[in-house]
Amino acid sequence: MHPIPGVEGFMYPNEVELQWSILIVLYPYITGLVAGAFILASLERVFRVSAVKPTYRLALLTALAFLLVAPLPLQLHLGHPERSLEMYLTPHRSSAMAMFGFVYLWYLMVVLLAEIWLDYRADIVHKARTTSGPIGWVYKILTLGSMNVSPAARSIDDRVGYIITIIGIPSAFLLHGYVGFIFGSVKANAWWSTPLMPIVFLFSAMVSGIAAVMLLYHASCLLLKRALDMRCLDTIAKYLFYVFVIDFSLEMLDLVHRIYEADESFRSLDFMVHTRLYTSQVILQILLGTCLPLALLGAAQVLRLAESTRRKLYAVSGVLTLIGIFAMRWNVVIGGQLFSKSYLGYTTYKLQFAAREGLLSSLALMLLPLGILWVLVKLLPPFEEPQAL
Amino acid sequence: MSSNWKEAAHLIRPAVVFLIGLGLFAVARKAVIPPSFGQYGHYRAGALDDIRRKPVHFAGQETCVMCHTEQQTARNAGPHRSISCEACHGPAASHADEPGKLKPAKPEIAALCTRCHEASAAKPAWFKQVSSVTHNAGTSCEVCHQPHSPKL
Amino acid sequence: MATSRRDVLWEAGKFLILGSAAVSSSPSAAPAPTPAAAPALPAYNPQAHLWGMTIDIEKCIGCGNCVRACEKENDVPEGFFRTWVEHYEIDGADQEHPHVTSPGGGKNGFPPSSDAKAKQFFVPKLCNHCMDSPCVQVCPVGATFDSPDGVVLVDESYCLGCRYCIQACPYGCRYINPAKETVDKCSLCYHRITQGLTTACCEACPTQARQLADLKNPKDPVHEFLRKNKVQVLKPHMATRAKVFYRELDGAVR
Repeated sequence: MHPIPGVEGFMYPNEVELQWSILIVLYPYITGLVAGAFILASLERVFRVSAVKPTYRLALLTALAFLLVAPLPLQLHLGHPERSLEMYLTPHRSSAMAMFGFVYLWYLMVVLLAEIWLDYRADIVHKARTTSGPIGWVYKILTLGSMNVSPAARSIDDRVGYIITIIGIPSAFLLHGYVGFIFGSVKANAWWSTPLMPIVFLFSAMVSGIAAVMLLYHASCLLLKRALDMRCLDTIAKYLFYVFVIDFSLEMLDLVHRIYEADESFRSLDFMVHTRLYTSQVILQILLGTCLPLALLGAAQVLRLAESTRRKLYAVSGVLTLIGIFAMRWNVVIGGQLFSKSYLGYTTYKLQFAAREGLLSSLALMLLPLGILWVLVKLLPPFEEPQAL
Repeated sequence: MSSNWKEAAHLIRPAVVFLIGLGLFAVARKAVIPPSFGQYGHYRAGALDDIRRKPVHFAGQETCVMCHTEQQTARNAGPHRSISCEACHGPAASHADEPGKLKPAKPEIAALCTRCHEASAAKPAWFKQVSSVTHNAGTSCEVCHQPHSPKL
Repeated sequence: MATSRRDVLWEAGKFLILGSAAVSSSPSAAPAPTPAAAPALPAYNPQAHLWGMTIDIEKCIGCGNCVRACEKENDVPEGFFRTWVEHYEIDGADQEHPHVTSPGGGKNGFPPSSDAKAKQFFVPKLCNHCMDSPCVQVCPVGATFDSPDGVVLVDESYCLGCRYCIQACPYGCRYINPAKETVDKCSLCYHRITQGLTTACCEACPTQARQLADLKNPKDPVHEFLRKNKVQVLKPHMATRAKVFYRELDGAVR
């Protein structure tokens, strides 16, 4: 009898091949960045944390850039991408995945696009008047034919924008909580099936989104040779620290609960964490991706550090955080498929390089939002003073 | 009041764009949903007929014995009486459709008999098992046993 | 029935609209499942049946006939299984750690075992055709469904290939058909049972360990089987209302 390569113990014969690849790891990662970036933007608008104002527009554009890319990994992963619109045509009401399509559209159309349009309207109208050529036409189309930027109109925009942000916060929660529910509601999979999953996903989304905007703000100030607003960066780092503490507590709660209850799946999952998932879970996610950035961010809160030290410290913790959250998505999605539903064996995930669901397309999908963001920043500059009324 | 409305008039535009999109979606949806969708439940009822039209490969016991009465009689006299013909001879629906043209191959005796009757502690005790090493030592089963009625 | 023929027009229409929306990337998207000259199907009333299966562990000899028959009847691709057989070996009281194997899904039987000390038996597996199917629940588009006669089926002309149903099945019964890029699974030989035949696996089983059951037919022997025997379904804690009933199933089987 020949053992199947990569398989240890017993897998049901159809389980040997993994179904959800690295592309499905990207999907919650990217939507998490969207939700997190939006929530950071709404801090300023709704909760009036004026210190983070310099990042308000950048955060909105970041959210949009990543949201536009969010469905692509899913699309690329489908066996029949040309049938994907069926999700909108005949959505199955009991399917978490089908409903996600509508949550996504709601968030894109009603929240993000509307808020950006309202916020940028004065700039768009100004540019439509002053820019010529094809770019000018883009701005003219973006005005939707209304040049009214009178103070009264702008004040209405501001109020409507405020209402949309208030709707937007629960929508962002819904968007990413829902992604967690897609995994958390699979009762057949012990690694996924927990009511904590949507909440853990939500808080890790906020962590990754805030870290991403912090890094992007930092990077764009360097690239555009603008003065960095240190009060803004400190405030973002402070919020990142707080949210991270909640996120870490939730994940540890899940872990402690699993260890203490030790149900039928425990031995199997425990073995997996100590072997196949050891590097990505214990080293990357927990130690390097959570404990270390938490310690660094915590140190910045407690100790009186010089500005340049803080700046470097924030950059390092931001990068580590993003790696840690990516590892977390990896461990959920890939980890959930490495063990047999019989709890008697384990399989291996072979990441390909140049395949449709390989490393190369994943890298391309991660760079694409940055490209879109670059275009958006050119089109709708986030750092110029908003157009005077 | 009326001036307030005028100042908010530009908000109508994205709303109109949104509604046009929604309307187009509603029209397109009506046009492209399969007609039989939802007839029984949330699926295309026509799929049932599509699946029913898949080809049958195993003709079934009743079809085989319509012609092969001799083998049926032999088999009914022995312990293999409740094994269907195609369990050993393989799928024969195409043979049943065109008996002259497509003849099923004769089963390979060595593999066929041992798959069931090779002694193993894993098999239920009631089932007749022998060790092919000690019982027949390489001699073909057919020498002593008639597969259709394998009594000695 | 005419429904299927009308659906061909739908396929064409859908392709026109969706294709123009530039979402199409695969040219093999519009199968025409029913040629106009499709032969009439035998009359069949799905409301009058409720299909399931009974499996008697005491009768299974691990010959793999069912796996081979299923493969031939349903063109099951190499390396995937609509039905398969597992060999269990349990040492004394250690119910938590049974030693399980299924080489090639048990397609060519199992190597003989001489270990008479451990408890050993075979467990044939297939889709349980659950009444509360987790796979049907999660399908985003209605491509997998419970038929009116209780069979969980896949509409391969509608399946996206998202694989959510594979994740949701607690029993590992689903796979992606690599040629079709859609999900595939046991159809309980729907094309056979709706014209009076039994499934290929039951037809080929030499010991009648597997029996197709019509739970709505009062004359079906399944009723007596369920009344007279201690039966069990797989993973009852999953509460899927599975319709494959095992006689003499050991508690260690998962």
